[in-house]
Amino acid sequence: MTGSTDQTRARGFRVPWLTLKRREAIEAWLFVSPTLAGFLIFFLGPLIAVILYSMSEWNLLSGEQIFVGLANYEHALQENPEFWHVIRNSIVFAIGLVPMNMALALMLALALARPRRGVIFFRTVFFAPVVTSAVAWAIVWKFLLQGEGGTVNQMLAIIGIDGPNWLREPDWAMAAVIVTRVIKMVGLNMILYIAALQTIPRDYEEAARLEGASGWQVFRMVTWPLLAPTTLIIMVITSIGSFKVFDHIYLMTGGGPENGTLVLAFYIYEQAFEFFNIGYASALAMIMFMLVLALTIVQLILRRKGAT
Amino acid sequence: MTQRQLDRLKQAMWLVSLSILAVPFVFPFLWMVSSGFKSATEIFGQPTLIPHVWRWTNFVEVFEYQPFAQQYFNSLYIASLVTILTLILSSLAGYALARMRFAGAGLLMLFLISALMVPEEVTIIPNFFLMRWLGLMDTHAPLVLLPVFGPHGVMATFLMRQYFVALPKELEEAGKMDGLSRLGIWWKIALPMSRPALAAVAIITFLFSWNLFLEPLVFLSSLDKFTLPLALSNFTDAYGLPLWHLQLAATSLAVVPILIVYLIAQRQIIESFAMSGVKG
Repeated sequence: MTGSTDQTRARGFRVPWLTLKRREAIEAWLFVSPTLAGFLIFFLGPLIAVILYSMSEWNLLSGEQIFVGLANYEHALQENPEFWHVIRNSIVFAIGLVPMNMALALMLALALARPRRGVIFFRTVFFAPVVTSAVAWAIVWKFLLQGEGGTVNQMLAIIGIDGPNWLREPDWAMAAVIVTRVIKMVGLNMILYIAALQTIPRDYEEAARLEGASGWQVFRMVTWPLLAPTTLIIMVITSIGSFKVFDHIYLMTGGGPENGTLVLAFYIYEQAFEFFNIGYASALAMIMFMLVLALTIVQLILRRKGAT
Repeated sequence: MTQRQLDRLKQAMWLVSLSILAVPFVFPFLWMVSSGFKSATEIFGQPTLIPHVWRWTNFVEVFEYQPFAQQYFNSLYIASLVTILTLILSSLAGYALARMRFAGAGLLMLFLISALMVPEEVTIIPNFFLMRWLGLMDTHAPLVLLPVFGPHGVMATFLMRQYFVALPKELEEAGKMDGLSRLGIWWKIALPMSRPALAAVAIITFLFSWNLFLEPLVFLSSLDKFTLPLALSNFTDAYGLPLWHLQLAATSLAVVPILIVYLIAQRQIIESFAMSGVKG
């Protein structure tokens, strides 16, 4: 596939109606066609299918596929209290995770943005959990958080605290999953913040310093406003990520105890692949889609406003 | 206190507070590796980072309990295949979107952007039926096709497009003068100039595929087809309780190589994530 053979072949095909412009368009479509074909088959097709599924009563084990309109949505929104419980859990998860993740990420980024001895070491440390699989992370923390013999409780015992059985008590399980998830993922946001901080010219800060601004004032008046676009992007990424959390829940609590950590992504999985309620699960998936879409649109609007 | 002493104090405080914060980030790894060498009973004893008795046999049993070597290989080859395919397809499409004029380009971009907003969880149910209809259940095909053509592949396409847009046009013109075809320009000029973007896509894609959990869980059922994340969650006894010593030894075997690669190439890896996060 060298240039010269292509060139000769191209010359052979130079027919009058094939203008340079048309030729370029055809080539361009050939370049994008594999991606486009895959997109249509494995993405757009399934997206249309899931809309249709969501309007059918369809249990893989017992029944045929029957068109029922919006009944699945009504079932979720009006009849099934479990749905609202799941939504509440997802919101609790997001409200617990997003601010904690972002605040910690910003703190770490501020501490690690400027070159200094040891900076690379600490960045490496805080980012390491991001590259490891959620499965490994969940397995290790599941052990560390055990009620008896769990390392966290053994450590707490040293200072005289009798720790709970973290993942088995409804009140603690959610908190435990959120905190372990933050530790796993905060490195990513830290890096995004560091990248943004490094684009802020140092002169701004120094100018403010010369005017006699304190460290906090410099942050509030100079750094924070300049970080606003990044903060919004990070907020989108993190909130969407938190709505999609599945592996951590599946491995650490299985949605329990007493459905205390049953979040939307896990609920969809359970309904679809354990109970085979395809219709209902598809409606849930569509609801998730709309939630994520709404979130993205709201924040894109905010971002556009913030940019001007 | 002189300025120099103040600076030293600040440096010390910085060091101490970051070290304390680092404990929950580092400790799990140390504990995981050390417990991989312990017996099941010792894991539950007083927490120590150095095992009393080093049980090397854990690392042998891991391979006897289930086809762990096979599962390791599965993860490796699937992640490599996904990475290569993603690199080729995303750079081809990204190049066309950035550098070529064609009717429908704007619409196509809009299409692709919409894909980024749809979580994989939404399309996995129909994809399950699609794969079943194609006879691809319990094969590795879905684990290659879905990441390459899903939202992740679209993100890679965008990353490549953003990078190509910023490349200087002059070299391409020179290539055209030399009689290179479009494909030739893409292969001989655009790609060699985009090493940082290609590296970023490669790193993120490999890790993404390597760590994938939901898709293997849905599509695979035979032990010898499992990928690592699925295999790791499968070290349980007859009652479904985890065999901690084996599970932690296996987890160490799966995670430590990634960590070593990360330590060697951490700069490149961190930059890749920064690049994809900001631009993608």
